[in-house]
Amino acid sequence: MQGFASEFATATTLILTGDPELWSIVLLSMRVSVFAVLISAVIGMPIGAALAVARFPGRRATIVLMNALMGLPPVVVGLLVYLMLSRSGPLGVLELLYTPTAMIIAQVVLVTPIIAALTRQVVELLAEEYAEQLRSLGVSRLASVPVLLWDARLALVTALLAGFGRAIAEVGAVIIVGGNINHVTRVMTTTIALETSRGNLALALALGAILIGIAVAVNALVSALSLRAEQEGLRHA
Amino acid sequence: MIRNLIRAASVSLGLLALPANAEEPFIVVQSTTSTQNSGLFEHILPWFEAETGIDVRVVAVGTGQAIKNAVNGDGDVLLVHSKADEDRFVAEGWGVERFDVMYNDFVLVGPRTDPAGVKGGDDITGALTAIFDAEAPFASRGDDSGTHKAEIRFWADAGIDPTDASGTWYRETGSGMGATLNVAGGMGAYALTDRATWLTFGNRGDLEILVEGDPRLFNQYGVILVNSERHPGVRAAAGQRFIDWLIGPDGQSAIETYTLDGEQLFFPNAE
Repeated sequence: MQGFASEFATATTLILTGDPELWSIVLLSMRVSVFAVLISAVIGMPIGAALAVARFPGRRATIVLMNALMGLPPVVVGLLVYLMLSRSGPLGVLELLYTPTAMIIAQVVLVTPIIAALTRQVVELLAEEYAEQLRSLGVSRLASVPVLLWDARLALVTALLAGFGRAIAEVGAVIIVGGNINHVTRVMTTTIALETSRGNLALALALGAILIGIAVAVNALVSALSLRAEQEGLRHA
Repeated sequence: MIRNLIRAASVSLGLLALPANAEEPFIVVQSTTSTQNSGLFEHILPWFEAETGIDVRVVAVGTGQAIKNAVNGDGDVLLVHSKADEDRFVAEGWGVERFDVMYNDFVLVGPRTDPAGVKGGDDITGALTAIFDAEAPFASRGDDSGTHKAEIRFWADAGIDPTDASGTWYRETGSGMGATLNVAGGMGAYALTDRATWLTFGNRGDLEILVEGDPRLFNQYGVILVNSERHPGVRAAAGQRFIDWLIGPDGQSAIETYTLDGEQLFFPNAE
């Protein structure tokens, strides 16, 4: 543990002076997770909203299943995606294993249930509130989905953030399907795992600090944006 | 609100632009944590990449997992250190041919207090017997890696089955070499490690080398091209080029020049 403080200082200097190697890792992390969250939103939000308003046998069971999938172990998801994308797997011909695309796929599997489940919750509350109005306008349940999603947009930002938090912090899945290849699939969490295994604990910790910094910055940005949107909404009302 | 959304979207699209080097020719090498953690690849690969323009993408896992990944066809070249498994890999038709690349050695590390009293010895089975007798904590890889297989061999040579004591003094981490050294340092346990990982390991704490120099601690690395008859997707030409370079004079001297604090980490011995 000797020289921990000085090692930590060196690592922090690397970060603050914009070391290109380090920042390319940070950018790749952001790129993969932002992409994964956007795709998950496109898939998860309509599913969540539809589940909130639709009435069909097995609906409760579907909701229970979806909530349970929020706790999918990343390692299991990594393994499943690996088996699909391996040259011996059904999608092997696509040659996607050990690419950023493979990491995005794994994160989409992890994040979609979170976004869908949180969307379901938000939209269900809103649907109750709007029930009478929608009925008097003669809007069918499923046709009301776009309106409900739009009106719930501020609350849904939280669902996106929850998904992003899961994606950017995850290591178990991306290290299996990405392979932690230098300059290709090495992201922040896999770098932290690698540096820890090299015994470079201070560097690993400094990287962890950036990861937390990014999470705080993204949350602050989004909360500022939604606050402004809320105020604009009030002015129009 | 809409304007903000568009602005946010364009910023994120900028982030999403794919890396420019996507079309560059590349190969995937399935290798071990010791070669990556020690920094060997970072030292030698730039030469090969400059000479051939082939990008070498290294996936570093334990030898056992590297071989399984290669059996699945998820790699073009295999560079590991467990000769018996490598020979079987070739015999079963998954690999084309095995070549020696380089060697170093294993060392037994442990806490300075040395509760089993093995310090300064050069007899690995004697040291393991002493650890067994003292029931001193021992951190094993437990992950089917090359180092784990060597460790199992040494226990067998000593006539001891340590897995009977699993969970007591014998602790299987199921992790990579560095992670296992972190565990050994944390609990004051003995551990078997390859010398390269040890020399580059940054969190030694109270650990030091206690036993070294036994000829049985020899650690040979081999390289194999994955068989494209089994997996047509294998980039055989580029993979063969990498192997030819690695076992040829340029690759061998690149390996030889890799030192840390004046100490050479790997010794080239291709024929």
